[in-house]
Amino acid sequence: MQTEKTEREALFSPKNIKLLTGPLNMNNPITVQVLGICSALAVTAKLKPAIVMSLAVMVVTGFSNLVVSFLRNGIPPRIRIIVQLVVVATLVILVDQLLKAFVFDVSKQLSVFVGLIITNCIIMGRLEAFAMANKPWPAFLDGIGNGLGYGLILITVAFFRELFGSGTLFNYQVIPQSLYNAGYVNNGMMILPPMALITVGVIIWVQRYYNRSLIEK
Amino acid sequence: MKALRKFLDKQKPHFQPGGKFEKLESSFEAFETFLYVPDKVTQSGAHIRDAVDMKRTMSFVIIGVIPTLLFGMWNVGYQHFLSFGQHPDILTNFLYGLGKVLPIIIVSYGVGLGIEFLFAQIRHHEVNEGYLVTGILIPLIVPPDIPLWELAVAVAFAVIFGKEVFGGTGMNVFNPALTARAFLFFAYPGNMSGEKVWIADKLDSFSGATPLGQALVGNFHNFPSPHDMFFGFIPGSVGETSTFLILIGGLFLLITGVASWRIMLSVFAGGLAMGWIFNLVGANQYMQLPAWEHMIMGGFAFGAVFMATDPVTSAQTTKGKYYYGFLIGMLAILIRVFNPAYPEGMMLAILLMNVFAPLIDHIIVKSNIKKRLKRAKMMLAE
Repeated sequence: MQTEKTEREALFSPKNIKLLTGPLNMNNPITVQVLGICSALAVTAKLKPAIVMSLAVMVVTGFSNLVVSFLRNGIPPRIRIIVQLVVVATLVILVDQLLKAFVFDVSKQLSVFVGLIITNCIIMGRLEAFAMANKPWPAFLDGIGNGLGYGLILITVAFFRELFGSGTLFNYQVIPQSLYNAGYVNNGMMILPPMALITVGVIIWVQRYYNRSLIEK
Repeated sequence: MKALRKFLDKQKPHFQPGGKFEKLESSFEAFETFLYVPDKVTQSGAHIRDAVDMKRTMSFVIIGVIPTLLFGMWNVGYQHFLSFGQHPDILTNFLYGLGKVLPIIIVSYGVGLGIEFLFAQIRHHEVNEGYLVTGILIPLIVPPDIPLWELAVAVAFAVIFGKEVFGGTGMNVFNPALTARAFLFFAYPGNMSGEKVWIADKLDSFSGATPLGQALVGNFHNFPSPHDMFFGFIPGSVGETSTFLILIGGLFLLITGVASWRIMLSVFAGGLAMGWIFNLVGANQYMQLPAWEHMIMGGFAFGAVFMATDPVTSAQTTKGKYYYGFLIGMLAILIRVFNPAYPEGMMLAILLMNVFAPLIDHIIVKSNIKKRLKRAKMMLAE
């Protein structure tokens, strides 16, 4: 239970800022909590779908945290998962419809993975671990923060995969044609899902090299 | 030789803790033990130090592959000139092949050992010898016209992700040489597989597909004769063509006790068994191919002798080795015949069984414990 405070906390107090920035590094949902890996593997072959997917997940984590946090005292503990899922599913459908309306081609590429945001472990994890026990504003920030952390990894992975796998960024060719003429070939393995896993592994490696406290004993 | 020893002794203090090049200690150590038998003796306990340490074991494997390597170089030249309809003498063939294969060997060793040394410095451990073998196996299992930069990327990938992330030599799950080949296979399929892989100097008039590539597209009428395939006068990766010389190398490994005869034997048995099963079914031309012909095609023999027997990644228990080898043989033929995307199944079969080797060992050990427990109980009951 939250302790009662006599004075109102500032909207962006250091504690709230930490909710937003923590998931970017020390508490990253993908590299530290190892959640949401499946979608990270599936949509990161190109940058554009990865960015759209990150935005979609960020919106869903943020607003589902907000809504569930508002409802948290009214949800009977026994059926809380069902209520949470209803909230998440509603938001996902909204996001899906928006994507179809405005970025149809990317929506086609993401295909089933937008719908599968419902089962993204990050969302359920944040709802259970944070939104059910915190006030709406911190919960919202926590959701947005985790969405950002998820997106950061997704976009990093997609950057390397698109650069080495297709030689492009945002579908613009960045590796000069002269290099291809000299015998350079795109790395076909970067487009395959195993390489996404290995890229995430490298990010985890680098992150733990700099933050020794994250290394499990 | 004495002068070299003296020189090393003089340099040694610089590399000891406190010396000028303290950080490079393991590099120095690696070179020293490469040149001289280490003078280390065990201080305590009843350990027996065999005269054959890991570096010598590795050297035996290298000696074992030398016949097929030399023949492979000759064959590269032979196939090249054959595509022009020329038949020059042995030396010309060999020199042409040497010019093709030597850069591959240099790149393989240069990149691989470079990374090994780097990791040894960072992690402050000795430079391990494992790469000496991997470095010679990689040139043997790639096509001779592989672009060198692709090879360098693959070697770096294999050493870092196949070996170093698991903790270095002896800790790896996958055979590093095959990891490099698998990487090449998936990353640059244009140069690695399919019926066009071995086109000597990209001459359009000559389609030098490997026998496996031809079998895959159902082209059986100008198939090379079993004699050619056994002795290796066929296009293919550098070291895989001559089954005869591979078997000689294998015999050497068996005599010196480096490789396990159980694994070798059961790989061939598994391959033959699967081949016979396909012969019985005989649904298409590929299935009707005599089982024994599978043994001399592609990389089957090379994989069975030099890859499957890798002591680190294979099964460790005596019984487990039979299962491990048999399944490799079966899977290799199964993948060859059934999966059109992968003309050569040996690589994938070995890598897959590398994953299962610890599980096989686990089951064997557990079942053994169970059996003995049962026996103990029976004796108690009596």
